[in-house]
Amino acid sequence: MYRFAVIVFPGSNCDHDCYHAVKHVLGEGCEFVWHEEGDLSGFDAVIVPGGFSYGDYLRTGSIASLSPVMKAVADFASRGGPVIGICNGFQILVEAGLLPGALIRNSSLRFVCKWVDIRVERNDTPFTCNLEVGDVLRIPVAHGEGIYFTTVAGL
Amino acid sequence: MKEYKVKVEVKLKPVVLDPQGKSVLSALRNLGFGEVEDARIGKLIELTIKDGDAGNVEERVTEMCRKLLSNPVIENFDVKVEEKNV
Repeated sequence: MYRFAVIVFPGSNCDHDCYHAVKHVLGEGCEFVWHEEGDLSGFDAVIVPGGFSYGDYLRTGSIASLSPVMKAVADFASRGGPVIGICNGFQILVEAGLLPGALIRNSSLRFVCKWVDIRVERNDTPFTCNLEVGDVLRIPVAHGEGIYFTTVAGL
Repeated sequence: MKEYKVKVEVKLKPVVLDPQGKSVLSALRNLGFGEVEDARIGKLIELTIKDGDAGNVEERVTEMCRKLLSNPVIENFDVKVEEKNV
């Protein structure tokens, strides 16, 4: 059985969804890891869940990206461990510098909360290896800062 | 003992879209301020710092900007140090 870590920050609110998906849908081991922890040894995968960590203060994900646990997440990733950031978790990984780019406020002047279609571009990742390139997934999104900004090289 | 008031101005880089600024611009025009050409929104962060010398304070605050107060991918920052004797 694999062991998944779900990182929990003050303001995380999709942590229980992740726990449910791993534990009850996949049937794998799953534990919550509080953001003040500094040790991820013994885990096989790390999930940084969505929510509003630290109330989105300063910049979305910025304060959470400096939590003690993020040092452990960076070490885990540098050893080749799979890390996935969902929603605010993705924003945190970007702020932590583990992924390139940054997120800025929506140009639509709205909080966007809807279902979107996303296309699988690569299936050589641990997260998409059971999918075919070109598959379309229907995924819910909810964000105020949803414009991904990066250099052409970063893409 | 010396005390420093430090003002950190954080602004989006000119190339980065500023939807907040755009919406404020359109609201100002709706109010009749048609002369406004552009509006961009940044942040002002005021720090009170004790001890150290002015050069060192500026250096330390610049480091704070790089590590937390600004995101160098999308923002520029400006640091102004004001000295006060207390």
